[in-house]
Amino acid sequence: MIYLFQLVNGIGLGMLYFLLAVGLSIIFGLLHFVNFAHGAFYLLGAYLAYDMIERGLNFWAGLVLAPLVVAALAALTEIVLLRRIYHLPHTFHILVTVGLALMVQELVIILWGPVGGNVSPPEALSGVVMLGDFIYPQYRLFVIVFTMVLALGLWWLLEGTRLGAVVRAGSESTDMVSLLGIDILKVNTAVFALGAGLAGLAGSLAAPIRGVEPFMGVEALGIAFVVVVIGGMGSYTGALVAGLLVGIVQSIMTTLWPEGARLMIYLGMGLVILTMPRGLLGRA
Amino acid sequence: MSATLLEVENVHGYYGKSHILQGVTLEVREGEVVTLLGRNGAGKTSTVKSISGLLAPRTGRVRFAGTEISGWQPHQIAQLGLALVPENRGIFGLLSVEENLRIAARKRSPWSIKDVYTIFPRLEERRRNGGGQLSGGEQQMLAIARALVNAPKLLMLDEPVEGLAPVIVEEIVAQLKQIRATGIPILLIEQNLAVCTELADRHYILELGRVVYNGTHDEFAADEITKDRYLGVNAH
Ligand SMILES: Nc1ncnc2c1ncn2[C@@H]1O[C@H](COP(=O)(O)OP(=O)(O)O)[C@@H](O)[C@H]1O
Ligand SMILES: [Mg+2]
Repeated sequence: MIYLFQLVNGIGLGMLYFLLAVGLSIIFGLLHFVNFAHGAFYLLGAYLAYDMIERGLNFWAGLVLAPLVVAALAALTEIVLLRRIYHLPHTFHILVTVGLALMVQELVIILWGPVGGNVSPPEALSGVVMLGDFIYPQYRLFVIVFTMVLALGLWWLLEGTRLGAVVRAGSESTDMVSLLGIDILKVNTAVFALGAGLAGLAGSLAAPIRGVEPFMGVEALGIAFVVVVIGGMGSYTGALVAGLLVGIVQSIMTTLWPEGARLMIYLGMGLVILTMPRGLLGRA
Repeated sequence: MSATLLEVENVHGYYGKSHILQGVTLEVREGEVVTLLGRNGAGKTSTVKSISGLLAPRTGRVRFAGTEISGWQPHQIAQLGLALVPENRGIFGLLSVEENLRIAARKRSPWSIKDVYTIFPRLEERRRNGGGQLSGGEQQMLAIARALVNAPKLLMLDEPVEGLAPVIVEEIVAQLKQIRATGIPILLIEQNLAVCTELADRHYILELGRVVYNGTHDEFAADEITKDRYLGVNAH
């Protein structure tokens, strides 16, 4: 029974990991851009939601608004700075985005202090439900359902719309996309903002579960890379499968051997790198 | 004589430091099919790349329908109606045949997706297949179809039958004739003289990044010396 409980927990955690990682993966697929600032978007999403709710804004408004602000800031960063360095080697991407991530983290400490804080779930979801013998927080169930609906919507966006087709086409040849009269720079900005917004949303959603603290972005970045490497760069399905896998393993390990949870995940990543360098569902 | 649609005037183009296009001048008029001939490495592909903005001219001018487009971005040039079907065909393997068409389709194009399925029935049969699963001939057809739904005012085709089996070449030539009959001007890069003979009104020959010959189809057909000298072939 404890395993069922941890399984449900793991699914919730895994869906958040998916939201966090899918943007990183798509951005890499389209732009071949290594973004170490991705965790900073998660951090910002969490803190903005925290701040808005602290100031008395309705929880739901905060949940919508915070990721939108993150997406807008990401679009601005992409236009002003990042698009100028796509053509440089990956080491430059890492240097610039690590710098950005540190700046955001320091800014968070300056604005909100080094301690962090808690966010209460909304009134309507502050209760519990019974899962067999276990009591389970309603908010966590909400996160599972909400992220699953979002994952479906995202799938439709990528597979069923023209924008999604353009993004997949762009990951093969940006020149050919331009030759069809499509402004690839705009597509890049849109995709970057979408990926960052999703990471921000993951942060906002996670805030009532795990609170906020200035170093949550670093942890999130590590998880996001593990998920992308296990699932395969540029793959939506890969991010979903790997996100769930990592979430569930981590959750079940907290019962079996809490200290080993993280070890297990990085071990899994090492194993994938050694046996299938493209990830479980990556493409050539 | 009909109005000039595309004018390339003394265009110089570089890849890094290598000076590849050394003053290319040519024009395409309304309703014309013009070929660009020349040996491998003569600069044919570079010429159409410089027209479509992939290799921006260092000096010289490109005008299209009276608008100077040198220095424009490729997507802006494409939006004006200059459609390039590149040498490598540029099919998106991750997209289905229909998606390849859908991302290119514009409402103002004279050709709808249905229209191009009529010209290229094989594409309709394979509409749900991935672009990567097509044969070379089918990829070429898809590349041309995709240019047609993109609202072109001038088509540039870079060696459309290169490397294809003779039956497929015949099929594509017949389809190109059908497209030519609509009156859309075409700038065709082609090594296969028989194909040029069937399609073109006028020919340019390029050598070492310069135009060295320009003549109507009849002049060219009769000019064995030119053919020998620049193309190194005995035409039949
Ligand atoms: N991307 C490139 N970088 C450097 N040189 C190139 C590039 N593409 C073509 N060239 C050179 O430019 C010349 C003309 O090439 P190209 O325009 O492809 O000729 P063609 O299409 O007539 O065969 C060749 O000498 C070729 O080696
Ligand atoms: Mg060529």
